[in-house]
Amino acid sequence: MSPKTLYDKIWDAHVAHEDEDGTTLLYIDRHLVHEVTSPQAFEGLRMTNRTVRAPDKTIAVPDHNVPTTLDRVDGIDNEESRIQVEALDRNSRDFGIHYYPVSDVRQGIVHIVGPEQGWTLPGMTVVCGDSHTATHGAFGALAHGIGTSEVEHVLATQTLIQKKSKNMKVEITGKLRPGVTAKDITLSVIGETGTAGGTGYVIEYCGEAIRDLSMEGRMTVCNMAIEGGARAGLIAPDEITFEYCKGRPHAPKGAQWEAAMAWWKTLYSDDDAHWDKVITIKGEDIAPVVTWGTSPEDVLPITATVPDPSDFNGGKVGAVQRSLEYMGLTPGTPLSAIEIDTVFIGSCTNGRIEDLRAAAEILRGKKIKDGMRAMVVPGSGLVRAQAEEEGLADIFKEAGFEWRLAGCSMCLAMNPDQLSPGERCAATSNRNFEGRQGRGGRTHLLSPAMAAAAAVTGHLTDVRELM
Amino acid sequence: MDKFTTITGIAAPMPLINIDTDMIIPKQFLKTIKRSGLGVNLFDEMRYDDDGNERPDFVLNKPQYRESEILVAGDNFGCGSSREHAPWAIKDFGIRCVIAPSFADIFFNNCFKNGILPIALPQEAVDVLMKDAEKGANARMTVDLEAQTVTTSDGESFSFEIDPFKKHCLLEGLDDIGLTMEKVSAIDSYEARTAQQRPWV
Repeated sequence: MSPKTLYDKIWDAHVAHEDEDGTTLLYIDRHLVHEVTSPQAFEGLRMTNRTVRAPDKTIAVPDHNVPTTLDRVDGIDNEESRIQVEALDRNSRDFGIHYYPVSDVRQGIVHIVGPEQGWTLPGMTVVCGDSHTATHGAFGALAHGIGTSEVEHVLATQTLIQKKSKNMKVEITGKLRPGVTAKDITLSVIGETGTAGGTGYVIEYCGEAIRDLSMEGRMTVCNMAIEGGARAGLIAPDEITFEYCKGRPHAPKGAQWEAAMAWWKTLYSDDDAHWDKVITIKGEDIAPVVTWGTSPEDVLPITATVPDPSDFNGGKVGAVQRSLEYMGLTPGTPLSAIEIDTVFIGSCTNGRIEDLRAAAEILRGKKIKDGMRAMVVPGSGLVRAQAEEEGLADIFKEAGFEWRLAGCSMCLAMNPDQLSPGERCAATSNRNFEGRQGRGGRTHLLSPAMAAAAAVTGHLTDVRELM
Repeated sequence: MDKFTTITGIAAPMPLINIDTDMIIPKQFLKTIKRSGLGVNLFDEMRYDDDGNERPDFVLNKPQYRESEILVAGDNFGCGSSREHAPWAIKDFGIRCVIAPSFADIFFNNCFKNGILPIALPQEAVDVLMKDAEKGANARMTVDLEAQTVTTSDGESFSFEIDPFKKHCLLEGLDDIGLTMEKVSAIDSYEARTAQQRPWV
């Protein structure tokens, strides 16, 4: 048998039908659904008298639109948001799919709820009408975002029409230095490859620095594979993965667990498997990083200065000029001199318990800068409950942070949590696009510990100075 | 789905790289539960000022580009989120074809589900087409899917590659779900087989 990558193995296990030209019907094991990209798909089913083929493999949770303030029990003020959430309530009920409503303590960001409840398991195919579905690749599951037409296609047929992508290996060797996190890894990889560097590929992240990460850290790395343009990001499952999955509500039990483990242990890339592209980065070369522009590839170590457009070539020159104007930055300014108005800790990138622990560690016994607006939005109700139990919520509140309910919140500003024009935010989320966090808002992406450091000092800060 | 065969129309030049889906259709317009009516908000934050007035210097607000049917843009067009609202807004505006050196994966796939043809061409070819688009309404560009060519107003022609299956579906206006339903027995037997092999799924 010819050697295979992890991606090859998962792909081969899910081919329901293949045409001569390689066009494949790929079977989907888990379909995650949220309120923004699904209403038109369910409407499509109704119009054609189709049903959901596998309601037991379909899991819905509202996250993008939901307010994160405590008064949300009184309902959603914004009419359009309310209608979208109500549509998901109704569609979930009408089509008999699994559902975690806003009132359920298990509600949260779809990419945090899926793994937490044991829906996401190694070797699965996972899709969702959301680009950050790449998150689930941390389990060695082939996971990627799809559009609404494909959501409808999966609802109706439990398959997707696919062509196979190419294989890319991203190896992070050795150990990370203190203060360097999974977020710094994933941003640094995008800085290296560019936002289109992964287009046409499925990335497998490997190497000692990846193996050393917890599941939370691995999810952060894979989450931003899409920001590098890749179809999906993968990490081979290992003992850390199995330990995380074991005992979760929807993970297999007993004999089925043993059978699953037997298969999961075969899910790795063979030694002499073929890679179409290989990137190697030394873990020790990665520094705590921040973004300075309006593309996730605009990333530099916190010790650097704002670049000059003339440092770039081709179309990037104009793009950088536009970015710096939008961001209100002058070339040559030290990144650590950039003053911040707002700090946002949360999102499917960094809204898990380990992220909150890392931020709380920096904030313990400290206060945020006067006038700073700072919020923590746990990724799920269960993350929130755990953080309260561990005393993290108290640390945040005593430091001056708002302690919110679970949702996508300020990552994409479809809910009341938004930036005003010109407001500058240090954010643990995944996109720094123009207007992403609110029209005219300025976003600097960084790790939870770096975000906490900025909240304390009032400017972008090298977290190592506070450790 | 609408068929795509040939179009001859005005091409709007947008010489900017990394045009992301938040630029194409900002999040506040994702709250709709319909597919239609998004054209007026295409490129909303670039197209209108804070008071909702048109910015006269934005390409699609210029008189000669208001009826554009083709868009010529920079590298990595459509990067960012999976929102199909982006191609819905493009189509609703009247644009049926986007030409760029490269496209983000999910956006690229979403186009085909909506009768929009995304064409990836080398930078040098896009540069020529960009110049042609800059001539305005008197310069009509022609896109011929059957022949797989883009032709400038001066008659300079470029061939493009396209997946044969995607081409077939666009030319015929085929519905993916209908096509897959014809293979339902393959899905049935896959499910029966894997229920034995991986019962925990």
